Amino acid sequence: MKMRHAVAIVLAACFATAPAQAEYGDVVINKRSEKNGMRAVVFPHWFHRIRFRCKVCHHELGFKMRAGANELYMADIIEGKFCGMCHNNQTAWGVERCDLCHSARPGLKSGIYGGHQTSGPGRW
Amino acid sequence: MERAWQRARSASRYLWIAVLVLNAALAADVIRHWPPLRQDGVHDPKNPGLKLLQEPHEALSKLPPNDAGNLVDWIRAIDGGHINPRTNIKPETNVRVLDRDVLLNLRGSTPIVRFPHRAHTLWLDCSNCHDALFKPVAGANKLSMEAMLQGEQCGVCHGAVAFPLTECNRCHSVPRTKDAAARGEGSRP
Repeated sequence: MKMRHAVAIVLAACFATAPAQAEYGDVVINKRSEKNGMRAVVFPHWFHRIRFRCKVCHHELGFKMRAGANELYMADIIEGKFCGMCHNNQTAWGVERCDLCHSARPGLKSGIYGGHQTSGPGRW
Repeated sequence: MERAWQRARSASRYLWIAVLVLNAALAADVIRHWPPLRQDGVHDPKNPGLKLLQEPHEALSKLPPNDAGNLVDWIRAIDGGHINPRTNIKPETNVRVLDRDVLLNLRGSTPIVRFPHRAHTLWLDCSNCHDALFKPVAGANKLSMEAMLQGEQCGVCHGAVAFPLTECNRCHSVPRTKDAAARGEGSRP
């Protein structure tokens, strides 16, 4: 019985000690959100690349490749630019569903998050 | 005393078996783990909208496995028909795919780099890299791992969203033989 306990403890430790970590390529966008009383945005690359190739956002929509290089305003998004090209209640949920995008925990800085072997450019 | 010793030996045997099974499972890629959004350290568990969002495990566990990044082989995901992400949303957009390999790092000491345009242009447009990041002429770019590790050149994507720079052999993939060097001299951008 004790042997089984020992095995269970080892197996549990292997899984339970995995630290909380963002999915690879997650981007937190918080240039303006928290200053304006909203949660920051978590942009999940994995979710979007299942549905769209990189070139849709980074070529057609004009998102620059480097995190932080884009100046995003809700007014532009509501007018159909940037995220608003799809988040318009036709291709994807509309801008009135605030907390589906503005979903970050408080106090996070803008940047690329993610785990596994790297935390992103310049953060090795 | 003798009995306690036997029990300890028996227990350690079980532990070894458990470790071996776990290693085999990891090696065979049976276990891939994606933390739930509420525990991932970036999402606010108090956000009521969280329960409406898709969990990474739900989507990514169905895709071809890989051992870095999202634990998904994104090229095989497209080539195998597991996903078919949209190439454009404006009907007038010219969707460009180039199937041409370029050999790089011909005079270095690490294995030669085979850069596949196809794998990159399945996802990206030419303008994402040319000409701001890379001049479209073989040999015209001074590539440096140090710059890449700081998020420049290939490191704009590799290390942030494409597979990380710890996956050396996936780029440095061509053994340095006379044949490979000869092939490299004939490569064009």
